[in-house]
Amino acid sequence: MILRTLVALALAASAAGACAPANAALPTQIGIRIHYSRFEPTKIEVPMGVPVTFTLVNDDPIEHEWLIGDESFHARHRTGTEAVHGDRPNEVSLPPFATKTTTLTFDKPGALTFICHFPQHEAYGMVGGVMVRP
Amino acid sequence: MRRFLAGLAAVVAALIGTTQPAAACAGLIGPNGAVNLLRTSTFAGYHDGVEHYVTAFKFAGGSGQFGSLIPLPGIPSSVEKGGDWTLQRLIRETTPVPVGIFRSAGAPLTADAQVILQVRIDALDITVLKGGGAEVGRWATEHGFRLPPAAPEVLDFYAARSPIFLAAIFDADAAKARGQQIGDGTPVHVTIPTANPWVPLRILALGKTGDDRIDADVYLLTDQRPALLPYPLANGMRLDHSAPATVSLLTDLRSDKGMDWIPQSGWLTKIAIAASASQLTYDLAVDAKGASPSRVAAGLEAPASSSPTPSKSSTDTVALIGIALAALGALVLLRRSQTVSA
Repeated sequence: MILRTLVALALAASAAGACAPANAALPTQIGIRIHYSRFEPTKIEVPMGVPVTFTLVNDDPIEHEWLIGDESFHARHRTGTEAVHGDRPNEVSLPPFATKTTTLTFDKPGALTFICHFPQHEAYGMVGGVMVRP
Repeated sequence: MRRFLAGLAAVVAALIGTTQPAAACAGLIGPNGAVNLLRTSTFAGYHDGVEHYVTAFKFAGGSGQFGSLIPLPGIPSSVEKGGDWTLQRLIRETTPVPVGIFRSAGAPLTADAQVILQVRIDALDITVLKGGGAEVGRWATEHGFRLPPAAPEVLDFYAARSPIFLAAIFDADAAKARGQQIGDGTPVHVTIPTANPWVPLRILALGKTGDDRIDADVYLLTDQRPALLPYPLANGMRLDHSAPATVSLLTDLRSDKGMDWIPQSGWLTKIAIAASASQLTYDLAVDAKGASPSRVAAGLEAPASSSPTPSKSSTDTVALIGIALAALGALVLLRRSQTVSA
């Protein structure tokens, strides 16, 4: 399990080094691990206007989700009834021990959050922040 | 990594009875977050190196299937229907306080956890599993248990001490068909050969957060006055009763079904849990001979790194170094590739 996570995250990190724009320190390949129902890391900076690929590794034996957006987006999902996400790149369902990638282009600077909206998961601490830098 | 710690287990024991409503019971989650099954009073008796764990699952209404996961200190030699009055008699003896976890939908058996024993008791389907936290968690998920977010960490916490879990799935529809009324309990008697009793308490906080209250009673019957860790004075634990068991209690318990193992004398201990979920980060370790309970069994220390199979740790370290080198290699290759194409 640890090995699988390290492989996925190491490849994401190595790809980040390879793909980062020469004029930007901000990565465009980011690995996020879910372990014991928490995101690692929880604070991320990304560049605006270029595709950013997230590699999401669920190390837990339970299902999680990774939903990124602004406060109104999360307010909607807190009371949502969608059991599974997958049609939108900012809404990713992660079955137990699954690894998925998704690519987003952020067109506005500012702060966004990513949250797992399964019952009790946000309150348990499954929250992270993304700062989009111009 | 956790498997080599399996043999360290201490033992099991007892839980109990909460005054909480069904919806606030530890970790037991049904469809839409409703909890329909309570784990009521539990008793852990220890005699001649054998733990006798008696608990009851109380039907609290609803439909579908619901369940509970209980960590055990070892592999049970039997799981059978419990007697009719053991739990009630204990409550009457000590002045009572009353008691329970997940939902199941019945998926095919495909997980890596090893199924050691399966038995049906009334409307309860009981499965004893052997596996690490990840394996048992996957088994539970694949069988429709909706585990709360703390479950992965809590299952690892217990699997590091003993990789044995009891999953009880309660079929509410079958209970109704059997004529069980809301509040009716199904007693279960688990017999576990083990070195010392151990009472899993942290599992009671599963599914609860922060200031959520946990109220429970633990009854212990040992041959002599036991030593306890932590000693029940603080952190939400209280020693309510500690005295030689009365002859009348022992006689009454012995007369119940499956309880003929009850000795002629013994020591009865009752511990009340009245804690917040954030307080309940420990288990109750017991030394039945009154000596020195294990800090590992109490959850106050991680299992020693000087385990019987330290070579596994070395193997992991080597593997981690290998992965780091592989990642470095990949990085070099990618950079080289960039350079070439530039």
